[in-house]
Amino acid sequence: MARVLVVDDEPNIVLSLEFLMEQAGFDVVTAEDGESALACVKDTVPDLILLDISLPGISGFDVLEQLRADSDKAHLPIIMLTAHGREVEREKGMALGADDYITKPFSTQALVSKVKALLAETDK
Amino acid sequence: MRTDPVILSVAFGYLALLFVVAAWGDRRAEQGRSLIGSPTVYALSIAVYCTAWTFYGSVGRAAEHGPSFLLIYLGPTLAMLMAPLLIRKMVRIAARQRITSIADFISARYGKSSSLGALVALFALVTITPYIALQLKAITVSHAVLVNYPVSADTSLIDEAFWMDKSFWVALVLAVFIILFGTRHLDASERHEGMVAAIALESLVKLIAFLAVGIFVVFVMFEGPGELFGQVAATPELAQAMSLESVPGGATGWVGMLLLAFLAFFTLPRQFQVLVVENVDEQHLKRASWLFPLYLLAINLFVIPIAMAGLLLGGLSGDPDSFVLTLPLSTGSEGLPLLVFIGGLSAATGMVIVETIALSTMVSNQLIMPLLLRSKRLHLGTKGELAGWLLGIRRVAIVLILLLGYLYHALIGDAYSLVTIGLVSFAGVAQFAPALLIGLYWRGATHQGATLGLIAGFMVWAYTLLIPGFVQSGWLDAGLINQGPWGIGWLRPYALFGLEGWDIYTHSLLWSLLANVGLLAGVSLFTRQTPLEQTQAALFTEAMNPNLQATSLWHGKTTQGELRELLSRYLGIPATRRVFAVSTHQATTSLSPTLDDNEQPASTELITRAEQALAGSLGSASARVLINSVVRGEALDLESILSILDTTSQTLEYNRRLEQKSQELARIGEELRGANERLRELDRLKDEFVAMVSHELRTPLTSIRAFAEILRDGENLPDEKRRHFLGVIVHESQRLSRLIEEILDLARLESGRLTLNPQPLDLAHLARHSVDAIARLQENRGVRLRMQLEAEPAPIIGDPDRLEQVIINLLDNAGKFADDTAPEVLLRVYRHKKHYRLSVEDNGPGISEDERERVFEKFHQIQQHEEEKTRGRPKGSGLGLPISRGIVAQLGGRLWVEDGASLGGASLIMELPEAPPKEPASSEKPTVT
Repeated sequence: MARVLVVDDEPNIVLSLEFLMEQAGFDVVTAEDGESALACVKDTVPDLILLDISLPGISGFDVLEQLRADSDKAHLPIIMLTAHGREVEREKGMALGADDYITKPFSTQALVSKVKALLAETDK
Repeated sequence: MRTDPVILSVAFGYLALLFVVAAWGDRRAEQGRSLIGSPTVYALSIAVYCTAWTFYGSVGRAAEHGPSFLLIYLGPTLAMLMAPLLIRKMVRIAARQRITSIADFISARYGKSSSLGALVALFALVTITPYIALQLKAITVSHAVLVNYPVSADTSLIDEAFWMDKSFWVALVLAVFIILFGTRHLDASERHEGMVAAIALESLVKLIAFLAVGIFVVFVMFEGPGELFGQVAATPELAQAMSLESVPGGATGWVGMLLLAFLAFFTLPRQFQVLVVENVDEQHLKRASWLFPLYLLAINLFVIPIAMAGLLLGGLSGDPDSFVLTLPLSTGSEGLPLLVFIGGLSAATGMVIVETIALSTMVSNQLIMPLLLRSKRLHLGTKGELAGWLLGIRRVAIVLILLLGYLYHALIGDAYSLVTIGLVSFAGVAQFAPALLIGLYWRGATHQGATLGLIAGFMVWAYTLLIPGFVQSGWLDAGLINQGPWGIGWLRPYALFGLEGWDIYTHSLLWSLLANVGLLAGVSLFTRQTPLEQTQAALFTEAMNPNLQATSLWHGKTTQGELRELLSRYLGIPATRRVFAVSTHQATTSLSPTLDDNEQPASTELITRAEQALAGSLGSASARVLINSVVRGEALDLESILSILDTTSQTLEYNRRLEQKSQELARIGEELRGANERLRELDRLKDEFVAMVSHELRTPLTSIRAFAEILRDGENLPDEKRRHFLGVIVHESQRLSRLIEEILDLARLESGRLTLNPQPLDLAHLARHSVDAIARLQENRGVRLRMQLEAEPAPIIGDPDRLEQVIINLLDNAGKFADDTAPEVLLRVYRHKKHYRLSVEDNGPGISEDERERVFEKFHQIQQHEEEKTRGRPKGSGLGLPISRGIVAQLGGRLWVEDGASLGGASLIMELPEAPPKEPASSEKPTVT
């Protein structure tokens, strides 16, 4: 069973994502800031990360950058989540190697299908 | 020694010497080593003012009227002292416009008017002819006295044929002499340097001769002034004659005579010639302005002693006008009388030479040339060489003028004393003064005004001085003077309009100048100037304006070839070459060598120079006509001239304004830059704010939408979860509403539109109320909340709802930032000076010094991603503190951060002013917006 790491500092958003992923049949791990997210990746080896950008401490971008720099996790699928609707943010995320970029508030169905599609892709 | 051959050979020898000096001066001028480039020579040449009238007549007048003759010399002294003001301006204009005579000057001022120039020339001729006659008479009389003494000379010539008359031959000899060195060059404005040198020498000779007589009379004949004056004092009637009371006309006579001499000093054609036309350097005026008065003083020093001596010796000395000659003769001296004769000859010939040259220039340039140009334009146009013509005209004019002088002398000269003829002439030329002087300073003086003024002045002058002169000559019935024409008393020439008791000159001067100036001013006010006249008027009145120096006055176009042809026809080849030499020298660099020079357009400088060169020969009016014939286009109009004139003041003003403007601009630029910076900053802040607001709004929205969709899609969701999720949606919706409320508050605060409802209230009571409201929440979080009300009541003015919002916000914040394990919050209300303070303190980590102001920035917590968030406590929007501070500030208080004194964490302190003491509980609530 694929494992999804959800990183967000908003408890209610984490709650909703957790529910959605579990419902879709994934194993879910959560983290509420960048530091713990990085620790989680090391400990739990997720198959995909839903990563919020605005995090206390190190930001989602920093986490992404560090993960991409690490040869082991370089290909780990990562979907960025952000409440910043600006195009520059999206471009920045994509340039840093995010696999997708989802703007809050998001469509739950679209989110779930994106996660599924990405995981299916990496399975091949 | 006193035989004709001796006297004649001495006289001719003297004239020959003059001629040599003149020729030498001319040659030096041609070589460029001017003999007259000295202010002393200039001052001496001005002394041509002292004619035979001075030399012989002053003594005569002193003998008759006492010291009044001095006025004739005080006038010029006054004029010379004013030279820097008056004469300098004329000199500058004359040099710039190549003025050839006073007629040319007046004509040029009034739009280069040919008619006005002709009028002045004509009047000058009429006025000056008697004056020339006077000199001829003086030469003849002095010669006769010298030869015939002690027999009283009979100078009456009526019964003699003119070829027997010596003065006729004197006139002819002088004519030849003047032609020889007065018309060697065509260009009158090129100045007669040789003549000026000769005149200066003559001035020296007459001064020396007069001083010699004076010294001889006082120290040889009378053994010093003491003895002479002693003898005069012993003779009562003589002492009376030498006193000041003997001036004709009394005090008005003094003023009249002074004014007359003052005006004549520069309106006499010969004076204008030496003072203005022949001036080679404006700077010479400086020395001349004291040297010439000194000369006058010297030559007048012995006038009264000689007159007194002559009167003392009675019959021995004959006519007072001849005392200068008869006194030395009476002692049997041989050499001195001859020297005196030469001195008198100097004075007379000097005057005749300069006056004739000036008059002949006027006659040829102002009378003959314009007529020739007008009537025979076609004929002249086909003539090849006209330079010779001009010289011819001028030579004929010289002969004619001298013959006229002789005729006057022969026909009526005897009726007048020397002084009388001179003064009549003075009063005549004084009529030029209004047109000249007023035109020099009043730009509005018009051609019509000047013409009518001049004519009227002359008519009055002729009626009050000239015609009565004919009466005295016996030509007319004496009844005219005594009863008036047709017996009309108030028209009597010497008592016009019943004005009696004045001397005839002052009387004439008053009426003539009154008519002259009155018409000039009056007519000018009601007539218009032509464009050229406006231009000239501006050029004259503004002559001292430094901007005029390098101004070209032509806009028009012509080719160099056409100009060359025109100039060579009137000036001859060499002079034309000179005009072009200066210009091509300047222009060669810009000329393309492949083009024929003659096809080249003439520059405006060249046209101006060509006009000046023509003006120098033909007078300004004729020159203008000729230049107009080849140049297509306009002379500079008045506006252009005025704009040039105003350049200095305009430039200064412009510069000043420019400087002001640039300073202003710099300041505005600085302000704009600042404003721009602030706008940029504001723009950046606004973008940031919008981004933050959107971020803050999206966060609760995300949860709401996610759970709403989950609820929508999950039909068989357990009830417990369903309720939980609905609770989240409700909670997040409340958060969203609160956020929107806060953002609106902030917007209102920042735009100053937050409406507060201030009223007297007790801060302690409010604190209690707020604590009650938040107590349960804090309890839930495990926060220990204490309250310490040290001042109760704490009367302030405030909006209770808003202040409660502030206090709750502070308490809420403190709860969030208090220590993790044992959170504690302390609220205090206390008095500080005239304020009440409310402090909320926590036992958290505190806020570092540099963060203390930043916590009041909007969305501060989001910007800094601080560690506090890790605790998982509900976040604020980051708008609470900025809003709180805004509210407190609007109520006249302050809100800031300090270190907590009791708990060691941060302490937020709100301070509000104490309410005015006996504030009555009023229903009227002051409203602050």
